[in-house]
Amino acid sequence: MIPLILYVAIFVAAFFVVRMASEGRGTKDYTSLKTVTFGDESAVRPNRAASIISVLSIFFMWATFTGSALIPSVLHMPGPFEGTTTFNYTVENAAGEQDDATVTVLVRPQGEDAVKPEVEAGDGFAKNDTAIVNKWGTKVIVVQGNDDAKKADGAKVVAINGEPVVARSTVVVDGGSVTLTDKGTPNFKAKTGWQMAPLYLPPPEKVWARTLEIASEGYRNFSLWEHVGYSLFRVVVGFLFGAIIGIPLGYAMGLSNWFRGWFDPIVEFMRPVPPLALIPLIIIWFGIGETGKIILLFLAALWIMAIAARSGVSGVNIAKVHAAYSLGASKPQIMRHVIIPNSLPEIFTGARVAMGVCWGTVVAAELVAASQGAGMMIMVAAKFQQTDIVVMGIIMIGVIGFGIDLLMRWAEKILVPWKGKS
Amino acid sequence: MSGLSIDKLSMRFDLPNGGSVQALKDVSLNLKAGELMSVLGPSGCGKTTLLNIVAGFLAPTEGVMELNGKRISGPDADRGMVFQQGALFEWMSVRENVGFGPSMKGMPKADKAEIVDHLLDVVGLQDFKEKAVYELSGGMQQRVALARCLANDPDVILMDEPLGALDALTREKMQGLVLKLWKETGKTIILITHSVEEALLLGERLIVMAPRPGRIHKEYRLPFAEMGVDADLREVKKHPDFAVKREEILEMIWDMEEEIMGRTEESK
Repeated sequence: MIPLILYVAIFVAAFFVVRMASEGRGTKDYTSLKTVTFGDESAVRPNRAASIISVLSIFFMWATFTGSALIPSVLHMPGPFEGTTTFNYTVENAAGEQDDATVTVLVRPQGEDAVKPEVEAGDGFAKNDTAIVNKWGTKVIVVQGNDDAKKADGAKVVAINGEPVVARSTVVVDGGSVTLTDKGTPNFKAKTGWQMAPLYLPPPEKVWARTLEIASEGYRNFSLWEHVGYSLFRVVVGFLFGAIIGIPLGYAMGLSNWFRGWFDPIVEFMRPVPPLALIPLIIIWFGIGETGKIILLFLAALWIMAIAARSGVSGVNIAKVHAAYSLGASKPQIMRHVIIPNSLPEIFTGARVAMGVCWGTVVAAELVAASQGAGMMIMVAAKFQQTDIVVMGIIMIGVIGFGIDLLMRWAEKILVPWKGKS
Repeated sequence: MSGLSIDKLSMRFDLPNGGSVQALKDVSLNLKAGELMSVLGPSGCGKTTLLNIVAGFLAPTEGVMELNGKRISGPDADRGMVFQQGALFEWMSVRENVGFGPSMKGMPKADKAEIVDHLLDVVGLQDFKEKAVYELSGGMQQRVALARCLANDPDVILMDEPLGALDALTREKMQGLVLKLWKETGKTIILITHSVEEALLLGERLIVMAPRPGRIHKEYRLPFAEMGVDADLREVKKHPDFAVKREEILEMIWDMEEEIMGRTEESK
């Protein structure tokens, strides 16, 4: 809830700041009325400043809620408690007499060495205690362990910092809170603040450091580039097979009644089946090796490419075919010079979709079972609670997917410049 | 015999609901080589069907057509077609589009280049030779279509509302170009149009077709095409006969349209 409120606040603030900054410089022509040109998508252009602020604010949110060193600590959200704190507890023995003692708690980051603070035992039948608690952690502190009035004799904790307590009631103390367990022992919970523990979300610099580390040392016997390379290799090979079979199949379906009739039920049935749903069957048939993955991606690309090629052929303006006939072209010549070039834009659109689907499918397939690949990397890291690797992997998968799409768009511009121009 | 002869052409389309539509009934025509004929008629009178049959894209239900004594049985390079729009190949440059017919015949490159260059000069697109066709304006695209058709040196040129999608000014210029090309090349041309003025200007012969079933209603022989060659077409339109003929034909087509409307009302 707090992150959402902060994010909306940044959004609104950025909007007004940018608008004030660009006051008077904005367009005052008809395009400035674009909010009323509903349905005209081209009238709305992305605001560059908004895009930049958007990306920066994502990183800011990430940094501020993880206590990142990248931004000054003033900008951090209130962090978890760290350091030494104390609270008192009151013990009442069977005779009804009461005595106080102090518990000194050292809260320190998990895994860091720490020496238990030395305290004097104090007087009375309740003795002072010490404890070490992890940041974001909790600990049951057996305060009566060293007391003269034993639990077995009927002595029990009746108050924390002077507030009377019974089982399951909570008292807020410096640096955390204390809850009495069912058995009457105080359970200290260190104050968490608003930041997220690295276990849930590591700060950006840690992810970056881990990226460099994995890039140089590798992960699970394979270097980072091998993991990514394996994933890309599967996508490319699967997609190529899908295109090599799918495009001629689509052409045949677009040109022949028999092929159309024969393959229509198969294609129309297979198209809505998500490739992910095929993973179990593929594993049963082909195991978890390369063959299975490539066949899965082949199937993911096949139907998309076949449908794209089919609609590319069917979508040819009949005037073009007629024109070619009346210019003396033979059927094979019309195929070669009219039908195929005319279908290329559709095929490219299909290829872009297919590459996107293949990339998503390969990651999912690797999540299920693989010995290398981007998906396997994040899945194994998640099992070992290496959240930084998980985050790194997700970012990398996103960047690569985006890169693939950019590449396809670029290729489309170069290879089919007439797309959308007829 | 030289020229195009059409004898008792009929065309019936079967409808999916079991019925059928008589698109053409007993259409007979004889065109001498080099004649320019325009075809007018209300929508649904079978003009385009007639043209598609002559081009060979449709087989008639009945009737025979001959071109220069040879029976027409399918599309061929001796009958070129110019469409309203969308028939150019976007993946080819202007030069490649114009050279498409010669390329398909396997003509040597040098000969082809000569033909293409000449025709681009004729239609005034020499400077746009290497441009992609989608970079050209509508009028320029139709000039490419005309040049592409001529590059194949057909005996008959069939034009299906070739200027229908152009603005008025461009259209007038293109009408002049069509007349010029007709006179220079001596081709037989059949031109379908919706515009009465265009039909009068671009027709030595003008036939008006009537709908349901599509048939030839009336035929005219007109002097305006001959007058319009190398002349200002606006001057031709001022000719007193021009206005008289225009009114007469408009009246005729209006009557037909009203009759169609009436029949549609009745059948409801």
